[in-house]
Amino acid sequence: MNGVIALLGGFPALSGLDLTVAHGEVVLVAGPNGAGKTTLLNVCGGLVPVARGSAHVLGVDLTGDRAALRHRVGLLGHRNGLYGDLTVSENLTFWSDLVGATPEETARSVEAAGLAGRLADVKVTALSAGQRRRTALAVLLIRRAELWLLDEPHAGLDPDGRGELDALIRLAATSGVTVMLASHDLDRSRDLADREITVVGGAVVEAA
Amino acid sequence: MSAGRLRAARRIAVKDLLVERRSRVLVNQVLPFSGLVMVVFAFALGTGGVLERAAPGLMWLAVLFSTLITVQRSFAIETADGALESLRVAGIDPVALFLGKAAALAVELIALITVLLGLAVVLYGAEPRAEGVVLLVTTAISATCGLAALGTIYGGLAAGGPGRETLLPLLILPVAAPVLIGATRGVEAALGTDRTAVSEGWPWVGLLTVFAVAVGVSGALAFGTLIED
Repeated sequence: MNGVIALLGGFPALSGLDLTVAHGEVVLVAGPNGAGKTTLLNVCGGLVPVARGSAHVLGVDLTGDRAALRHRVGLLGHRNGLYGDLTVSENLTFWSDLVGATPEETARSVEAAGLAGRLADVKVTALSAGQRRRTALAVLLIRRAELWLLDEPHAGLDPDGRGELDALIRLAATSGVTVMLASHDLDRSRDLADREITVVGGAVVEAA
Repeated sequence: MSAGRLRAARRIAVKDLLVERRSRVLVNQVLPFSGLVMVVFAFALGTGGVLERAAPGLMWLAVLFSTLITVQRSFAIETADGALESLRVAGIDPVALFLGKAAALAVELIALITVLLGLAVVLYGAEPRAEGVVLLVTTAISATCGLAALGTIYGGLAAGGPGRETLLPLLILPVAAPVLIGATRGVEAALGTDRTAVSEGWPWVGLLTVFAVAVGVSGALAFGTLIED
């Protein structure tokens, strides 16, 4: 990304942001509330248009047809995108059918997310917050998303839930998934990340 | 239409019906509500000829009110935990999404209409006649397709927006007027209300079919734009 400006409600939420992320890297995006972290993730996911500057994500020019990017990116915000009345297995089968994943691919994703066995038949509303997060990440695995954009993934999780989530993110990263992680939980997230950037006022002010 | 799109639409419809089977909102809430509306109409108009003559219109009014609740429920399951946003972000074909949700809604409405028709017979003394059965079924199916397509368009438009519970009736009711009129006239002809001939109902079925096709095609083309922020 070079000099990216993105507008929200007419105001610049990103103001000349420069950033390069390598394939397979885990990047922690830190910064105060309102700094532009969520907007940065939404721009990377093709949901918010680039008003000025140049941006390429997974080789797709974001100033052009952003729709081409969508099936390759997984964005997980404060909600999990699951159907509460369905079981874990039914939610994952739904996504698996939609994206044409094979039963083997689906089974591998379920196994990786630690959702096999008894948990598969539990309704989503009966899961703990951590289990719901893992189910949502299993959807990203099934979708074979190459870039995970995670906005406060640890929010509302207890220490066990956080540990399970981190293990899953590490597993994805080792299999070549690029991860951008916006978080206020810096101590926890620093352990996960290869690199940390700080966004303030819509621009990267510090990269470590 | 591509096989992939149809497969995705079928998967979305099956998911919606599975959610309904689990939650039983249609059976436990919408059907009792519709029944109550029919009973209240019966109390309001009393026994005798007025109720019998008004039976088709009252039944379709009850269907229309129930459609509003069913549409709200159909999109509540998509917005409760951000599922619609996930589908959008994942680039799932919006045409398939529209067709799948409209198909599931149509199945639910057909079940509802069948029960309400039975109630109209019991409560209002409406008597189906043999020669009107085909017209009755055709009217119900064409009106249902129109309502399902219309409900899906406006449900998608209002989903996630502020005040969607109150916005939805304001959006749907005026546009659904042709369905209410056409379906009422079609059922009147099928039942022979006021000595109407069966043949008088078919032009109304034509109107309902044109409405359903026009709204369905428009919805399929516009749904992607409607559900974008």
